Amino acid sequence: MTTQSAPAGDKPYMDPYLAGALLGVVLFLSFFLTGGGLGASGALSHVQTGALDWVAPKHVDRVAYFAEIAGGARNPWKSTGVYMLIGTLLGALASGLYNRRARLETRKGPRISVKARWAFALLGGVIMGYGARMARGCTSGQALSGGAVLSVGSWAFMFSVFAGGYAVAWLFRKLWT
Amino acid sequence: MNLAPLDLSAAVGTVRYALIFGAVGFGFGFILEMAGFGDTRKLAAQFYLKDMTVLKVMFTGIVVASLMLALASSFGLLDLHRVWVNPTFLWSEIAGGAIMGVGFVLGGFCPGTSLVAAATLKIDGMLFLVGALLGVWAFGETVGSFEPFWLSSDYGRFTLPDWLGLPMGVVVLAIVVVALGAFRLAEVVEARFGGVSPTAGGRGKWPAAIALLAAASVLVVHGQPTPEQQWARAAPATRQRVETRAIFASPAEVVSLRKDTSLEVSILDLRDEHDFNLFHVGGARRTDDAETRAPALVARLLGKPAWAVTFLVSNGETEALRAWESLTAQGVPNLYVVEGGINRWLELYAAPTCVAAPIAQRDADALAYRFEFATGQSLPAASPELPISRGFRLPCGSENEDETLRASGEHHGNVWPEHPFVKRVQLQTKSVVKGGCG
Repeated sequence: MTTQSAPAGDKPYMDPYLAGALLGVVLFLSFFLTGGGLGASGALSHVQTGALDWVAPKHVDRVAYFAEIAGGARNPWKSTGVYMLIGTLLGALASGLYNRRARLETRKGPRISVKARWAFALLGGVIMGYGARMARGCTSGQALSGGAVLSVGSWAFMFSVFAGGYAVAWLFRKLWT
Repeated sequence: MNLAPLDLSAAVGTVRYALIFGAVGFGFGFILEMAGFGDTRKLAAQFYLKDMTVLKVMFTGIVVASLMLALASSFGLLDLHRVWVNPTFLWSEIAGGAIMGVGFVLGGFCPGTSLVAAATLKIDGMLFLVGALLGVWAFGETVGSFEPFWLSSDYGRFTLPDWLGLPMGVVVLAIVVVALGAFRLAEVVEARFGGVSPTAGGRGKWPAAIALLAAASVLVVHGQPTPEQQWARAAPATRQRVETRAIFASPAEVVSLRKDTSLEVSILDLRDEHDFNLFHVGGARRTDDAETRAPALVARLLGKPAWAVTFLVSNGETEALRAWESLTAQGVPNLYVVEGGINRWLELYAAPTCVAAPIAQRDADALAYRFEFATGQSLPAASPELPISRGFRLPCGSENEDETLRASGEHHGNVWPEHPFVKRVQLQTKSVVKGGCG
């Protein structure tokens, strides 16, 4: 089975170049209007620290990294990233509903069980979250936004992501092929 | 007319502010879903060479956005200096990127695409998102143990044009060419490993490629605005600050701020080497007209923390003001001109007349003192804020140094006079928006 076409019953996905061009326009508008690019992982950091602040506010005040986001009277929820995150979820949901692709299911490679896919999704998420903060941004905030404004570090980051992925892809081929 | 980006500092916390970012996010999520980025198989296939959609979408997005940004700046619609550029922390970005590559293959998403998957009710996307939240938490808990590495290789605002020493248009054109080559290669690879015909896709590909090349060529020819052109387009409010003298700080204010240990005060001296060697303010760094246009100095000033304030000084005010205009047009915040320049400085904090005798000025931007010898920053007047500089004013004609010091201590009451001044320096926080990943 190839992954090129969407599963039967779903509308086909948009042409990648057209989607990319529209993405570029949204990214440009983001910079043009707000002075900043797109992103997701920074907002995750705010959500996580905000949740931690409910459970253990003193701990948040003690750890420098968390204190910078939610220490003392700082409000981690009132951040541009969180607004953008909510918008991203709504936008994706809108397109999913419009194209009838929003339904409760698990997408996975053909050779692993659903439970295994869940475990690897969780594990991959942990690694991804960790790496994204290490790199000060994720694929959207660094590669896409930093790439568009020609930041040297963002371009190095982009090549590093692909290098890391291709380096281990063969090892984990059972997950996907 | 105020150039884009919008100044949102006044709107912080309002509904309008939240809606702007929400709308941008909405477009982002909508398009990612349309491209198929909610489907983990489509994303992971990138690493098995079967479906290069990730590369095509991302690279097209980058190329289109950077072309539009550079064109908007070239034609005077956008002030690029006020656009957030991810600071370069080279090694932590490379290490974080490699970690993310591994996480991508294992988990099948990146943080942004997992939002899309979760929003369209994919259970794997939701679990990835939970994992990502745990991951950022784990990072926050552990970063303290390797902070020196995390903060290392800090190049600040460092762009490919700065690095390569090429105009922005040329770099963007090169990226367009590389991207088109990569797309071609991606299609060949897909045909080989994914069984897709390389000619698949819309017939608009070739015209689109030519349009991108044409736009990039326009950029190369039209170029980016010079500091003078940018100053000419500067907001009226900025020009008004010059007319109302709000950007001229008295030497007495500079001295008082130099005492404030919570600030990083630096002085850039615009005069030539000769005058600089005769006398300069303690710790001042010499610069010139050419350097104020060079990306290195601008990047250094833009990379300064929010508690930094920089003063420009010349003999009078003319040259310092010209540098102020150029640097301000390039987006440098918290920049002031020393009122009356070095001449006024030496009026308030005088050097002994046997070292520097006042002479009639030839023109406003010439040194109004004739120095007997080069003093550099060795005179007490160079650092009036230091307690040790008090009372060190050598009375002229004294041969014996010890005697001199004692004598001056008695005669001059051990302190510089406290000159009154109008407070002009108001620290302005830099752009609030740091991009989604700040």
